[in-house]
Amino acid sequence: MSATEIKTSATIPAGTYRLDPVHSSAGFAVKHMVVATFRGRFENFDATLTVDENGSASLTGAVQVDSLEVKDENLKAHLGSPEFFDAERYPEIRFDASQVDVAHDGSLTVAGDLTIKDQTHPLQATGTVTGPAVTFGDVIKLGVTLETVIDRTKYGLNWNAPLPKGGFALADDVTLTVELELAREEA
Amino acid sequence: MRLLAVSGSLRRDSHNSRLLRAAAQQLPPGVELEIYDGLKQIPPFDEDDESAPAPEVLEWRDAIESADAVLFATPEYNSSIPGQLKNAVDWASRPKAQAALRNKPVAVIGASISMFGALWSQAELRKVLSASGARVLDTELAVATAHEAFDDEDQLIEAELGDALGSVVQDLADAVQRRSQTVGA
Repeated sequence: MSATEIKTSATIPAGTYRLDPVHSSAGFAVKHMVVATFRGRFENFDATLTVDENGSASLTGAVQVDSLEVKDENLKAHLGSPEFFDAERYPEIRFDASQVDVAHDGSLTVAGDLTIKDQTHPLQATGTVTGPAVTFGDVIKLGVTLETVIDRTKYGLNWNAPLPKGGFALADDVTLTVELELAREEA
Repeated sequence: MRLLAVSGSLRRDSHNSRLLRAAAQQLPPGVELEIYDGLKQIPPFDEDDESAPAPEVLEWRDAIESADAVLFATPEYNSSIPGQLKNAVDWASRPKAQAALRNKPVAVIGASISMFGALWSQAELRKVLSASGARVLDTELAVATAHEAFDDEDQLIEAELGDALGSVVQDLADAVQRRSQTVGA
């Protein structure tokens, strides 16, 4: 089998898996003007997967809000302002999942708490685990994808603008997606 | 701590300017208030002039940047903000990422000779300031029948209103304090 073979959590070697930030991404997508999908991403974030000897695992992540990138600098400034993320007051988004379940086919379900603007709500995200793969220097790597949908208004992200003929400029539901390359820390 | 006070009215005997002078008499310890007097000189906003704004625009932006917070007092014309005040806010809101108003704690109060005390104008100004990137306090103070509201010392005659004005100033000072704890300024 190739290095992309999907394994269950039982086959993931115990250890602490750190993020390779260059080969990972964290982004969001939200309906804009009712019809289109607008996407943005965060450049600076971290994630750690910890797998115990008994196969149980936890996943933590932190995103630096001021690293948000969109295609327009004025929009970026607006998204960082108190009307949106308020990056000055709330510089970090956090995710802490104490429940990490990997099925036999590699599908992944994590449950934990997402904190944005100091507002914490339980969250479940689904995705896949790929690997482990032994790479250069005998480094063990995992690929993790996760996706979930949140109601942004629950986190104090309330900005909107009514459209002249009904509806709003921005949807409440936001899809969050992370694609992580994780490397096991050498003991 | 230094507060900049901006009256949206250009009129010599403006009730909103009086309201700001009343606020100046209710400052918490350690807080100074400077009343901005250059509003009338700010030229109309024009994107063509953004690369080299007039000195009056730079002075306006400097006044905001060097203040810890801004207290706006607005009159109301046609249920909205005076044009010159909106114009000044527009200049202070661009470019977005470096805007003088960005993250700046601001509060809005207002006075008018009507029964409503510039309520709609205050709401509109709060909306505009939010869009400008300012940290807008969720407070308001509507001084109705403003021509009868002040004594000869520019104090609000109605004690309740005077207390409410003091609360707004205190809220603004608290917001500055909170911000300095957040950003370590």
